[in-house]
Amino acid sequence: MSIVVDKSGPFTHGSNNVQRTMYTVLAALAPATLFNLYLFGWPAIFLFLVTMGACVACEAVCVRIGGGDSDRALSDGSVVITGWLLALSLPPWAPWWVAVVASVFAVCLAKHAFGGLGQNVFNPAMVGRVVVLVSFPVQMTAFVPTKPLFSAAAPGFAESLHITFGRAVSLDGISAASQLGFIKTELARGIPVSQSMGQLPGLSDLMLGFHPGSMGETALPLILLGGLFLMWRKIISWHIPVAMLATLFLLGTVFNAVDPGRYAGGAFHLISGASILGAFFIATDYVTSPVSKSGQVAFGAGIGLLTWIIRTYAGYPEGVAFAVLLMNALTPILDQHFRPRVFGRTRKGEPLPLKGDK
Amino acid sequence: MKLFPIMGGIHPDYRKEMTSEKPVVALPLPAALYLPLQQHMGAPASATVAAGDRVRKGQLLGRGAGAVSAPVHAPTSGTIKAITEMTAPHPSGLPTMTIILETDGKDEWADLPAPIDDPFAAPSQAIRERVAASGIVGMGGATFPSAVKLGLGTQHKLEILLLNGAECEPYLTCDDRIMREHADAVVDGARIMAHALGAPRVIIAIETNKPQAIEAITKAAQPFANVSVAGVPVQYPMGAERHLTQAITGRETPARKLTADVGVVVHNVATARAVHEAVRFGRPLLSRVVTVSGGAVVEPKNIEVPLGTPVAELLAFCGGAPGAKRLVSGGPMMGQPLPSLQVPVVKGTSGILGLTLAETRESEPQPCIRCGSCVTYCPCGLVPVEMASFIRHEKLEEAAKIGVQDCVSCGSCSYICPSHIPLVHFFNYAKGRIAALDRDRRKLEQTKALVEAHNARLERLAQAKREAAARAKAAQSENTDAGRANA
Repeated sequence: MSIVVDKSGPFTHGSNNVQRTMYTVLAALAPATLFNLYLFGWPAIFLFLVTMGACVACEAVCVRIGGGDSDRALSDGSVVITGWLLALSLPPWAPWWVAVVASVFAVCLAKHAFGGLGQNVFNPAMVGRVVVLVSFPVQMTAFVPTKPLFSAAAPGFAESLHITFGRAVSLDGISAASQLGFIKTELARGIPVSQSMGQLPGLSDLMLGFHPGSMGETALPLILLGGLFLMWRKIISWHIPVAMLATLFLLGTVFNAVDPGRYAGGAFHLISGASILGAFFIATDYVTSPVSKSGQVAFGAGIGLLTWIIRTYAGYPEGVAFAVLLMNALTPILDQHFRPRVFGRTRKGEPLPLKGDK
Repeated sequence: MKLFPIMGGIHPDYRKEMTSEKPVVALPLPAALYLPLQQHMGAPASATVAAGDRVRKGQLLGRGAGAVSAPVHAPTSGTIKAITEMTAPHPSGLPTMTIILETDGKDEWADLPAPIDDPFAAPSQAIRERVAASGIVGMGGATFPSAVKLGLGTQHKLEILLLNGAECEPYLTCDDRIMREHADAVVDGARIMAHALGAPRVIIAIETNKPQAIEAITKAAQPFANVSVAGVPVQYPMGAERHLTQAITGRETPARKLTADVGVVVHNVATARAVHEAVRFGRPLLSRVVTVSGGAVVEPKNIEVPLGTPVAELLAFCGGAPGAKRLVSGGPMMGQPLPSLQVPVVKGTSGILGLTLAETRESEPQPCIRCGSCVTYCPCGLVPVEMASFIRHEKLEEAAKIGVQDCVSCGSCSYICPSHIPLVHFFNYAKGRIAALDRDRRKLEQTKALVEAHNARLERLAQAKREAAARAKAAQSENTDAGRANA
């Protein structure tokens, strides 16, 4: 028996902890990731490992510089998620150094320069992606069509090593645009969206992932399943994903109805690019999203709106990463303005009036 | 009965099965009882006996002092050994004035006040006086003097006496057992209290995880048209006064007001039983049912314990609690750590828990990952994550602005926090500091007002002196002038 009087209760605790939360997210990502690694073959596997390794190394170095316990920091699993999501957001055949640069910016700058776990304003994986996207646009937009492992078209092990780690590798011959990039370039050439859409693979192929893109942009059913799994496990709630996807869908549908030649449809927006991955796995990052449910709805809607604007009007074909980062910057303000109503008080914080009171 | 939802809340592991089927047993009379003069909210009682006095069971030992206070009675017969300072059953472990009663084993009753024959014909005042004289306080743990709360009917138009049998704290089964074993006493006590309050209806709210208690109370309430039973959802903190009121009536008590302001007064079921004993038999509050439970306790039990029994004896009666990581008085959510095993059971002690590490699931706090669970589960609509970060930086005013004083310390946020951050600890600290700062500020203002009044008085005196001097001078010069004129 021990007499300890060191803190207030409660003296019991739920079974959840940071580690369990993080590993549940990884479990939700695993099926889609495995399928994508299969679709894009050895180069994708190498890139995935390089990204994870670089992120973990950065975390260990940063924590040690800060005088912390790097084993403990690594065991919470947060950096694994960062690395994992970052890998999913890169073109699968990108060279190794793109992954390393992205990892350094993601972990060292976006996370640890702000104070480490829980302190960062911006989603680390998205910072990493955006830095390499604006710095190395050629490598970051060289998407290849799917070449599943062990299929005839797939590169062998040695060739794959060369693709990821070789010098001056050119993917010009085989690269293809993602569907968002494709309709954007076609539109710039004066070909209406309604026409260029016809040249894309069918919606079902797009859904299943047999199209060029980053790893996280393909295998939508598996990513969606992972997202629903997270909801079922109560790791995330519906507020951010639904608000984001609904806004995106609504804008797409309405504007497409007004001018089908200029605007892509709602369903196309949902299944293109990183919409689904972003809605369930990136925008829902705890640290960089609002804490209240109403704030989360506003946050999700904002991402949906910005994604649509960037995709439709800006120079970049895909806007989820930018939209998430922009809304991350707004999170502290959303947190201040969207609070739950306090029990016994009005929204303004005054005590509720009593019946008969003026 | 139509119920209303309450916001937030959690579903902890209840672990009530350890004691829920164990009938209440009486504790063998301890050799000595330690009776703090303060076992309630408000002013401590003042001792009416001296060392060496022989006292009988039910005799007054300490008189309630002031409007909010409660008397203390002898739980059995014996001799007063000393009245001295001893460790209080409070986490501070500070000393408190305690009467030590050496029991003589005869359990000889003193002359008790006569039963009130027909309490429903008696004036409210008579019931309240009896309840006050019997030392009855809120036995759910708040220990607010019940007579004061029964007086709320004089200033408020009350509609409902809500009897709280929710017992939403994990482990505790004392109220459950009382409702099962003393259903008639509970219902009778509730009707007497409703009469004293002037409340036409009685609703007894019980969480649906206590079907036998619901059955027993429903049966006991059958003959009375104005008494009904409501099974409320199992959801912590359903037993919190304001939340229970909302669940039953849909009325939300405004901040800084009482439930009485929305026509409801809440009392605990054990309090109702004590009122029944006091009114029908003249017996003051001498003992209470305590749940001794937890994974470390060898033989968990529900025990009728004389007030003043040291916790150590209680644990020994249950085979001890070897390997307890935490010893808690009350439930695991809102209970308090015990400062020592020598502290006594008092009127508010609902449970003594010996918890193992597997039950407490304690772990080093990790950084907050802003998951927002605390916001989702807070039953008061607060943002614990933000309050805690303000308090961490000693920004108490900001924390107060976003409602830290509206926190009821239910512990839902700490329970759910994946990072194991002791949020309630922060809030209790802040509430204490803010209260202390307020006191200091008031004191400073009072001192300032006194000093200003003092200075003003001195100034007035000086002014009066100056005026008197001026008048005297004027009179003198007038006299002189007159003299000259005369001359």
